[in-house]
Formats: sequence, structure tokens, C-alpha cells
Amino acid sequence: MSLSVIAQYVMNGAMLGMMYALVAVGFTLFFGVLDIIQFSHGDVVAAGAFSGLAAWTLLTAAGMTSPGLLLIAVIATAAIVTALLGAVVARFIVLPVKTAPQLNVLLVTLMGGTVLRECIRLFYPGGSQPKLFPALLPTSGWNIGAFHLRFDNVILLVAGGLLIAGTHLLIGRTRLGLAIRAVAQDEETARTMGIDFRRVVLVTFALGSVLAAFAGVMDGLYYNEVFFGMGLLLGVIGFAAAILGGLGNMYGAIVGGFLFAALQTVGAVALPFASAYKDVFAFGVVILLMAIRPTGLIGESASERV
Amino acid sequence: MRFAAAALIATLSLSARAKETVRIAFVGPLTGGNSAIGLGGRNSADLAVKLRNADAKAKYQYELLVLDDECKPDAGVQMATKAGSDRTVVGGVTHYCSVVAMATVDTYHRFGLPAIVWGAVLPDITYAHDFKEIHRVNGTMINQNETNAKFMAEHGFKKVAVIHDTTDYGKGHNKYFSQFFGKSGGQIVATFGVTADQQDFTAELTQIKAQNPEAIYFGGLTPIGVRIRAQMDKLGLKAQFDGTSGIVNDDFIKALGPLAEGALAFREGAPAEKLPGGKKFLEDYNKQGYSNPPEAYGPFAYAAAELLMDAIEKAGPDRKKIIKELANVKDRDSIVGKITFDDHGQNTVPAIAKYVVQDGKWLTWEESEYASGKRKLTGGK
Repeated sequence: MSLSVIAQYVMNGAMLGMMYALVAVGFTLFFGVLDIIQFSHGDVVAAGAFSGLAAWTLLTAAGMTSPGLLLIAVIATAAIVTALLGAVVARFIVLPVKTAPQLNVLLVTLMGGTVLRECIRLFYPGGSQPKLFPALLPTSGWNIGAFHLRFDNVILLVAGGLLIAGTHLLIGRTRLGLAIRAVAQDEETARTMGIDFRRVVLVTFALGSVLAAFAGVMDGLYYNEVFFGMGLLLGVIGFAAAILGGLGNMYGAIVGGFLFAALQTVGAVALPFASAYKDVFAFGVVILLMAIRPTGLIGESASERV
Repeated sequence: MRFAAAALIATLSLSARAKETVRIAFVGPLTGGNSAIGLGGRNSADLAVKLRNADAKAKYQYELLVLDDECKPDAGVQMATKAGSDRTVVGGVTHYCSVVAMATVDTYHRFGLPAIVWGAVLPDITYAHDFKEIHRVNGTMINQNETNAKFMAEHGFKKVAVIHDTTDYGKGHNKYFSQFFGKSGGQIVATFGVTADQQDFTAELTQIKAQNPEAIYFGGLTPIGVRIRAQMDKLGLKAQFDGTSGIVNDDFIKALGPLAEGALAFREGAPAEKLPGGKKFLEDYNKQGYSNPPEAYGPFAYAAAELLMDAIEKAGPDRKKIIKELANVKDRDSIVGKITFDDHGQNTVPAIAKYVVQDGKWLTWEESEYASGKRKLTGGK
């Protein structure tokens, strides 16, 4: 296998890994502040992509042609819609059952996700079909041997990285981040220190969902196609990545996301059996790793939450 | 008011007495990724029933029971059971998706319900058993892939990579295409089985790119066909996209935009307007004002419903008699050409149509600018 082919695999895997990491960071944030798993997170990704697509459809129908402006509008719409969606999920689905057993939260969010997914399928015009997502970034690229490096992929990768770094800074360096970390560490104490618990939860859910929206738009721009069921597998993989890295730990989520993408790529490329088994292989390895390190690769004991 | 209602009931029962109502089932994918074809088939079967009911000479009043198999085997078996266990239903026009048609064969046999498949192309649906209930008006993927492989070889494609989904449908396509392409002197440089709901194909396509084939043969349905074609472009993979009957629909073009240009596909029968009764079919279809086009397999669904109703007219609304009657179908004229069932209930359709996408439309190869040499396929001669 030549070097340029390997470079292509690494680039493909990096794109996937970035999407998984963005979704996994959301799972980890939610778990950090509330100790819950938000199982509709994958469908929030799809909602982000579809709201972006809706914005594009409306604006081009209204005569807007500049790809730059359209891209900004797509991202802004996706971010606003999912931020609201995340806050609504937290306020009306998660918080009311917070004191109930954990299983209830899992169940309501799982069902909430199904409702969201079916809503896209039924109410988005032609929503049951794969939809064409516009290419809004420059599509030119460079050929280095068998390696085709596209400009838009580079932009997406860098933007995703910046977004995760920004989230990290927000949590580590700002007053809001301090409040999130305080709630994550000890809810009761945080409340007595005058932190508005409900506000922190809503903001965290909005923040995690915006990351999901970007993952959704990134998915659309990368594949030029979105599908109402796209969030299903993405949600499961994001969740697996968050667990794999160590739930509640941001670095863990990032490591988990890229590791899962790497496993999939290896499963499709290097193994002798049909590439249809790449997910079987990747999830199999995750199960194995979980058996070896039950608290994830970066365990909670080794690090601070969120 | 009460009087009016009584009068209405009286007239209804009168007309019912005048003509016995007979129910037949239509089963196809009405929701999900293949719903466009399913809805086209449903409308076409509905059209056949409506036209028959308008015919004064018909002995019975027909009613179409429409069922959604979602292109999923479990849902398909449920719907087949529903149709089979309903004794008022005497026959069915059944299934577009091969996996579903394959899964429901036993169910129809168990209930003794005559079924005419209108779109699924897997050979085993008619050939893997001796059930007298199962018939099929369209050809199988064997014929389709033979034509496809010959076409590719004739147009100078020597190295082809194969991607197929790992359902029976995709596997069957892979098997027959590879077999015939090998016979025609071509070489399959790589074969990938992928899951039918896979999103990312960059790993497979990167491997294919390293092999540098002139064309990629895709055995599967529209949703992943769209993804593979789009991701070929992302990786700068310049090879001819060669598909099967599973992608000949408008959704493939809609979801791909300009990237669909030049894609090849092969299908049993001919386009509706080129069929013997196609012109009249399209006229009648448009008169009904359905919101979806008949799509590729609409004429087959129409022909299947016609055939079923012909058998009912002759043998009466009795499942066993209908099956016996269908066994006699030979050189029967229909809008898809002559229909002859062999002893497996398989129609031996001769014609396979070649398609290519040109300016956002599926055109037959012969009428395209690709055939006249004005435009060129990627790779090949």
C-alpha cells in the first residue's frame, strides 16, 4: 500500500472521527452535569442538518446566491434551532424526571429521539428520501499521488477542531464554565453557592446540541446528502465513543471518537472479511476495551469531570 | 335525512347485488427510501382496478387492498399474513424489494394466496421452490446482468470494481454480473459487500481507487447508490458508475444533482412510453391526476393487476381456481409485452432496456447523446 493511499485513509478516518468526537462531547457534557444519558442526541444531529438545509432552501428560493452568506445562514439556523431543541429537551423531558430512576431518563430520551426522527420524516417535504445537501465550500483540491485532498474537507476538519477547542476554553476559562464544572462536581454545594442550577443545565444542553448541529452540518457538507435516519447510528457511535473514552471526560470523548473512526477504517481496509463487517469489528473491539477498562480509557479517577 | 340514508343504503346494496365485490391486495414499499417506486406501483395497480371497474363487461366489482411492506422483510411478512388470512382477498400484486418478496414466499404458499410479483428481480423468488402460488411479470436479475456485462465489455471497460449490498438482492447482482463479466473477458479487480444502510464508503472507495478500475458496478438500491456516487466525487475517483434496475428512478437524480450525469443502469422491459401499450397507459395514468409518476415498475404492477383480474374473470373469485388459471398464461398480450409463465410462474421477458442519465433524466441508451458519440462515458473506449 503506497503512502498516498494511507494518507487518504487517515484523512477519511479523521473526518469521521471529528464528527464522532463532536457528538461524543455532547454526551459527555450532559453526563457531566446531570449524570444522565441523553439518547435523543443523535436525532438532534439530524435535526441540525435538516434545519440548516431548510434555511438553505428558503434563502436560495428568495434569491440569495453567495455561498459564504448561505453557509453562515445554514450554520446559524442549525445552531439556533438545536440550541433551543436541546434546552427544550432538558427543560421538558430530562429535568422533570431527574429524581426518577435513571432508566426513566434513558427511556424518555430514547422515545423523544424517535419522535424527533419521525417528525423529520413525516413533516419535512420529501423527508423520507435522502436529500441533496448543497456544497457551500470550495470543492477544489490537490492530488498527491492517489491522495485527493479537498479544500472543503480541510476547512471542516479545522473548524471542528476549533469548535472543540473553543468548548474546552469555555468550560475551563469562563465563569459559565466554572458554574458548569461546579454543578458537575457537586450539585448541592453548587446550589448553596448561589449557582442557578436550572440555568446551568439548560445552557449545557444548548451547548452540547450546538456541537451536534455542527456535526450534522459537517455530515451534510461532507457527504452532500442528509437522511432522516442519519442520527441513529451517529448517536450510538457517539455514545460508544464517549463511554470508550471515559464518560464525563472531554478528552476521553475526543479520543473515543477518533479511535472508533480508526477502528472502522481498519475494519474496512485491513481485515480479510467483507467491509460490511466493519461496524461489527469496531463495536466488538469497543466491548473488549470496555471489559479491560470499565471506566473508559481516561478513567474518572485520573481526571476531573467535564 | 333518514330517508336519504335509507335510499343510499338501498342503492348501494342494489349495485352490490348487481356485481359481486372482489378484493385483491397490492403490497409494496409506500414509506422509506424506496417509497417513490412503491407509490408509482400502487397508483398503477389502482389504475388497472379503476379501469376494470369502469368496464361494463367486467363480471365483478374490484377493490384494491393497499398494504405497505416498507421494503423490510418483517413488515412484508406481516402484510402478506394480513392479506393471506383475509378470506375476502383472492389474490395479490406483491413486492418490489427482493428481500421482502423472498421472505414472503412461504407465507403466500401457506395461505394458498396467488401472488404476482411486480418488481423484485432476485431469481430465487420464483426458482428456489415449487410453490404454485408465486408468479412474476418482470424478468430476473440474471437477464439484466447478462446485458449489463456484455454492454460494459463492448464499450471497452476491462477492469471493474464491484460494490454490492449484503442483502440477497445485492449478493445476487454481484454473483450474476461477475459471472457474465468474466465470461465477456472482463476483470473484477475488487468486490465489496456493504450494509444496506451504510453512510460512509470512503474506506472502500479509497481501496478501489488504488486499484484504478475503469468502472464501478453497484448492485443495490437508490439510497446507498446516491452516497457511493457522491463520495466517489469527494475522493476524486474518476470511473464510470454502472448501476442496476435498483437505481432507475427520479430520486437518484434528485439526490445527486449534476453528479448523476452519465450514470448507467439496466432494467427488464422497456420504458413505459416504448412499451406496446405504454402510450395508452401513460395517458390513462395522467388522467387520474396521481401525485407521483408511475416510475420504472408502474407498468409491471399494472400488468400484474390486469393479469390477476383476467384470471378472476375467467375462473371466479376462488384462490385455487385462480392459481390454476394463472398456470395457463401463455403469449398473453400486456402493456409490458407478451407474458408467458414457465412452470415456476416466471415470465420469460425478452427485452432489457439500457439507461443513461443525461441532463437530469433517465434516457434509454439508444436515444442518448452518449450512444451517438456526442457525449462520452467516463473511462472505457
